[in-house]
Amino acid sequence: MKNHEYQQIDPQALVTPTPTPPPRPLPEHKPRRARRRWEVFPGKNRFCCDGRMIAARQSGVLPLTLGLILLTSGLFFIFDCPFLVKHLTSCIPAIGGVLFVFVIISLLQTSFTDPGILPRATPEEAADIEKQIDNPTGSSSSYRPPPRTKEVVINQQVVKLKYCFTCKIFRPPRTSHCSLCDNCVERFDHHCPWVGNCVGKRNYRFFYTFIISLSFLTAFIFGCVTTHLTLRSQGGNGLVFALQASPASALELVVCFFSVWSILGLSGFHTYLVATNLTTNEDIKGSWSGKSGNEDVGNPYSYNSIIKNCCSVLCGPMPPSLIDRRGFVPSDDSVQTSPVEIELPAAKNDINMCTQGTKGLLETASRSPLLTSSCPQAKPQAVLEPLPEIVPEPPKTPHKHHSHHRSKAKQSAHHTPKTSNSSPRPYHSHSSRRKDSKNRDPKFSSLR
Amino acid sequence: MLSAPRLGNTDLSCLHNLQELRHSASLANKVFIQRDYTDGTVCKFQTKFPSELESRIERTLFEDTVKTLNNYYAEAEKIGGQSYLEGCLACLTIYLIFLCIETRYEKVLKNISRYIQEQNEKVYAPRGLLITDPIQRGMRVVSLQSLQTSVCVCECMWSVEAACSSEAVVSPP
Repeated sequence: MKNHEYQQIDPQALVTPTPTPPPRPLPEHKPRRARRRWEVFPGKNRFCCDGRMIAARQSGVLPLTLGLILLTSGLFFIFDCPFLVKHLTSCIPAIGGVLFVFVIISLLQTSFTDPGILPRATPEEAADIEKQIDNPTGSSSSYRPPPRTKEVVINQQVVKLKYCFTCKIFRPPRTSHCSLCDNCVERFDHHCPWVGNCVGKRNYRFFYTFIISLSFLTAFIFGCVTTHLTLRSQGGNGLVFALQASPASALELVVCFFSVWSILGLSGFHTYLVATNLTTNEDIKGSWSGKSGNEDVGNPYSYNSIIKNCCSVLCGPMPPSLIDRRGFVPSDDSVQTSPVEIELPAAKNDINMCTQGTKGLLETASRSPLLTSSCPQAKPQAVLEPLPEIVPEPPKTPHKHHSHHRSKAKQSAHHTPKTSNSSPRPYHSHSSRRKDSKNRDPKFSSLR
Repeated sequence: MLSAPRLGNTDLSCLHNLQELRHSASLANKVFIQRDYTDGTVCKFQTKFPSELESRIERTLFEDTVKTLNNYYAEAEKIGGQSYLEGCLACLTIYLIFLCIETRYEKVLKNISRYIQEQNEKVYAPRGLLITDPIQRGMRVVSLQSLQTSVCVCECMWSVEAACSSEAVVSPP
């Protein structure tokens, strides 16, 4: 009987194919060419140029953003600039050109740069953390552990680090899990549908440059078009004549008028965030404002100097990308050695439970592959009973730990929150924190 | 894959000394040195000496390695004159300069890789250990693993288990 139980555990079933869990089932036959890591990246991202560029899978309204900018700027250069060069100065297209280049390049950089994605934990790391959570003082836990948080004191402030069930790590401070991209992002600001990517540690400066330069460009075009129409309507011609003479200007005027306020507001808001070294996520949740009942809270990351905060956020060193996109996925030959290591967390517990008999061995042997939640084929055939300590939620539980930034740009009133598709959990609305007077949708989806 | 249990070099002592086997088995897993967030989001690793390494390496050597790594990362993330210059220049060039030149952070990361390789050769490999560069783990952990083959230790598990229980000897399929 014991032998029969042993034989039910097929060691081959404990093999996990790759250290990085693939987002889709592996093909039946072994592919001839070596695959790059971006091809098996578990997050919901899109890769271009063989992994050199990364963006969110949902491009959001990035094409609309690009289209509006290109259209408005194109109309400006074609219809307004010739008149203004003739009547005013040739600096106008030059300034407009510089601003336009700034806007486009910074937009593309924001969209296609890794925002600071944290790679998911390897199975060994996840097992190590699980072990530490379950037996913090060496005593066996006979009850379900409380929600997994870890407290750390940063600059005399108590900061709670939460455990991410998807990435299987304790999130570093200021890191949040984006449910749209299904990644933990360092210094998570928000997921911006206008740029089609998360805004985080690595691309915040690009995003800030984008909105500042877009504010200037929009204001500049608005001013130039107004000047153009004013000049045309002089001499008794009237505004209607001017609009008839240059109908494109009317379109530019409408677009710029409605967007300049929201973009200026957004720029002002982010300038405030930069000066206080806050993220949109923290500002919306009120992490450091004392709203959650704590009186003595302050931002522990702030240098308490506007200039130093600005410099650290915008001029600080550029951290490297932590995800290896262009490396090659190990071939199956080298992967076969890894199951030996993966078995060891179970084997180590075996020693402790050696005297408890074979049932304990079977349970712990089945434990480590269950931790690799994205490899269902690794589940052994004879799992005796589901272990309560294993990941208590389904592996693909979406997280709403980010705050969906309400756009102050063109169609802010019509913006639909994308998190409603993938986030079934209820969320809190943080309508009390408003840094701008624009009509922000109060349905922020932010969860702790 | 586990083969039939057979006695290897250390297996005799494993069978007789469960404590020693636990040590070897525990280090056959990887030991992970987690990040230390007490100074904020800067990259810094805990210098607490893990108990699993007690019999493998001297505490001072281990602490020196981690402290040196922490110093390297502090230097990479230091906000000072050079980083401001780099940042302002990058801003003026719409950050296109990052495509052309190697940033200071990347240079320091290369130094860190060299340092880790050197430490592995001089300090850790002679003691049967191997340190993994944190950048390969997303800067979350510094992982140490034993250089001895895990297969040998696995065989110890099976044979010890068979010795402990009174049932028939396990024969893996």
